[in-house]
Amino acid sequence: MKLDPRKRLDIKEILKDLDKYRPKRRGWTWRKGRGEKRVIGDFEYHETAEGLANSVPLPGSRGFGYIDPQTDCVLTTEIASGRFEDDIRRMRMAAWHGADHIMVIRTAGQSHIDSLLEGTTQGIGGIAVTRKQVRASRKALDMIEEEVGRPINFHSYISGVAGPDIAVMFAEEGVNGAHQDPQYNILYRNVNMVRSFVDACEAKKVMAWAEILQIDGAHNANATAMKAWKVCPELMVQHAINCAFSKKVGIKPENIALSTVPPTAPPAPCMRLDIPYAVALRDFFSEFKMRAQQNTKYMESDMREATVTHTLNMVISRLTSADIQSTITPDEGRNVPWHYNNIAALCTARHALNGLDGIREMVRLDMDGPLGKDVREIQERAVLFMEEMLEVGGYFKAVEQGFFIDSGLYPERNGDGIPRDPQGGIGAAMLFERDPDYFAPVSVHYGYNNVPAELNGRPSAAVGGDTFEDPSKIILIDELDEVDNVNVRLAELDRYYETSLVKPEVEWRADGVVAVNLFLPLDERTAEFAAIRCGEKMGLDDVTVVHKQVMHPSEGTYVEIKGRVNFDIDVNELVIPEKIPVLSEAEIRADIAERPLMVVAATVGEDEHSVGLKETLDIKHGGIETFGIKYLYLGTSCPVEKLVDAAIETNAGAILASTIITHDDVHMKNMKKLHDLCVEKGVRDRLILVCGGTQITHEIAREAGMDGGFGRGTKGIDVASFLVKRRRELEGAK
Amino acid sequence: MKRADDFEKRRQHLKDLTDAELKARFWELADKIVAPMLELGRTHTTPAVERSVLLRMGFSSLEVKPIVEGVIQRGLMGKGAGNVVWRLSKKLGVSVREAGVALAEGKHWDAVEEIFGKGCAS
Repeated sequence: MKLDPRKRLDIKEILKDLDKYRPKRRGWTWRKGRGEKRVIGDFEYHETAEGLANSVPLPGSRGFGYIDPQTDCVLTTEIASGRFEDDIRRMRMAAWHGADHIMVIRTAGQSHIDSLLEGTTQGIGGIAVTRKQVRASRKALDMIEEEVGRPINFHSYISGVAGPDIAVMFAEEGVNGAHQDPQYNILYRNVNMVRSFVDACEAKKVMAWAEILQIDGAHNANATAMKAWKVCPELMVQHAINCAFSKKVGIKPENIALSTVPPTAPPAPCMRLDIPYAVALRDFFSEFKMRAQQNTKYMESDMREATVTHTLNMVISRLTSADIQSTITPDEGRNVPWHYNNIAALCTARHALNGLDGIREMVRLDMDGPLGKDVREIQERAVLFMEEMLEVGGYFKAVEQGFFIDSGLYPERNGDGIPRDPQGGIGAAMLFERDPDYFAPVSVHYGYNNVPAELNGRPSAAVGGDTFEDPSKIILIDELDEVDNVNVRLAELDRYYETSLVKPEVEWRADGVVAVNLFLPLDERTAEFAAIRCGEKMGLDDVTVVHKQVMHPSEGTYVEIKGRVNFDIDVNELVIPEKIPVLSEAEIRADIAERPLMVVAATVGEDEHSVGLKETLDIKHGGIETFGIKYLYLGTSCPVEKLVDAAIETNAGAILASTIITHDDVHMKNMKKLHDLCVEKGVRDRLILVCGGTQITHEIAREAGMDGGFGRGTKGIDVASFLVKRRRELEGAK
Repeated sequence: MKRADDFEKRRQHLKDLTDAELKARFWELADKIVAPMLELGRTHTTPAVERSVLLRMGFSSLEVKPIVEGVIQRGLMGKGAGNVVWRLSKKLGVSVREAGVALAEGKHWDAVEEIFGKGCAS
């Protein structure tokens, strides 16, 4: 099935014949064309990859011919709505915004379930990672990647007590990347430590076969430690343990990525603390890949603050290196991420990384100063950490003694680490020694395997080939829960599927959630409750405050609320003004050649904005000049009187006025004034009045007495076409 | 344990190493730390490892769980759950798939005990 950009994903089509679906490929894919200089629009880029066939360029690209340079590093987005049928729509939006690494978060508690889960039950803070959900998502991504023209890496988690089971399922279903780090199970999920490592051997061996890119879990130490900047030496140790272990099991170093986070954030002087760590890490781990994660430890509910931290983190990515740039959504500090915040985070990454393209050619890290000294110190502290681990008897003993997640900057110790019992934890006593005649009849297996002689060294011959060799043997279980599954959910929301009814949403189809921003001239606590009342009076249900910020203790508070609307919109009942059809370039040129047209233009009022109008005029940007229309440009902050006088003097046929500022409705006033003045001077009949600006629409302009109005995204041809048609109309009327 | 930062004292044996020597030492220590875990993985197995083997032999997640549980009950994990299914299929002269499904349904465990010897149950 080929996707049509004009049509929404058809979930029912994706679910059809799922039992027969096989993924297109296995393994991780990096972006193509990295390390090549590339001319895009007016610029030469030094850190980009091949472009996309379909994408949504950044808003600012309008000033640069709508270019959309794709960064050299892979961009991640994390999706966690708990309903895969909604996740896949967001995946498509994310792919159009440059994401090629799509990570689905698992439902809370899945790491403690000693088996694969099946079906399509709804998750909490993520989906239940089941074969059906994974297959359906991969199937959707296989189509989406063709639509955007770039392979998309699908990613989830191989951790918990069913690690090897999940690794096998991921290998079979074409999952391309996964978190796998036994230390994560031990420290944060209290899974028995010996079992965690034994399980990890098999899981990693399977990942190596499937060429799944591995990401470790060390960044969690950063998020858990009280003072995150003090765990840098330990972070290096955790990375080293998982890297060394994975490499010995057989994963190629280029498929091993470190999940690395700049440890701190403003208002700490974070760059001075974070850069030495970033450099120390990239030096020691030079053979592995860097997945640059954003600092979330100090993230509050302020989306702007999260965006700034993200941006600073990307300065570090560009000053050092990043193979994968993660994008944490700016709303993670307030809710499970919403659709448009995944996109916001991706845009932040594209924006920052495009802007920082090639900066290392001009700005160099000075290793001779304090940076070099700090780098060396972190590295020595990490070496000392490992020396002491071996002194006390190795990894298991060190964990037992609470070496990890201690808030002291090693060798300082504060005695607040997370100790774990080697005999305890989840899944303890579930470790079995292999007998001399132990045999596993599969093609990929870690450790001792006594393959019977009759099989000629090919263990899977015992079963006539395993699922890695013969995928037709894979069994897809459909649904186990009659109530909690995608079919029931689709039926419940049937009125919104491919009908004319629509409801606002943030994560699930028709969830009805909207956010409202308010400023209230009240103290913080009063403002919070007043904001909730405002939401209720607006008719919202389940109103809660998601963010507030004091402007002044008594003068006022900014509050963001969310709530649920309890109505549908029928798009068939909307009155949508018809888009004005544009004449062909040839027709416009012919008309102007026959009867020349002079236009006078300016930005009116006390308004210094000039870009939009200049683009509308200028031949370079495909403005009206392109079609032979002559113009006189009077600049910005031009009085309306001057504009009208100039039109009269030059015997112009039209006036183009730009008005961007809308404060106190000044744009409306300017338009009315322009109309009135032309009437007063008796020239209204012979002048076509056109107004443009970001907040202008044709209807608003007409209401204010103009002949026409143009808003965002207007191109020269739209205005030229309008002028020609309007002149014909007026002449026809005469 | 609580301890003040004694970095300056501890680093004496490291301070004269070149950067390359320090890096080499870092990785040497990492390899030493992970060696025992790699050995445990080589010589041991777990329910999850055995389930992953059975999955690859063409069984569903619903089938592999009771098979592994039966294998644990009879003290046969050291033989490998896949091995148990394969040896049973040979003994009964049926396909591996038929043998495994039967075990998942609680059938033929007596035959398993015959293959691997009575008294294997712990």
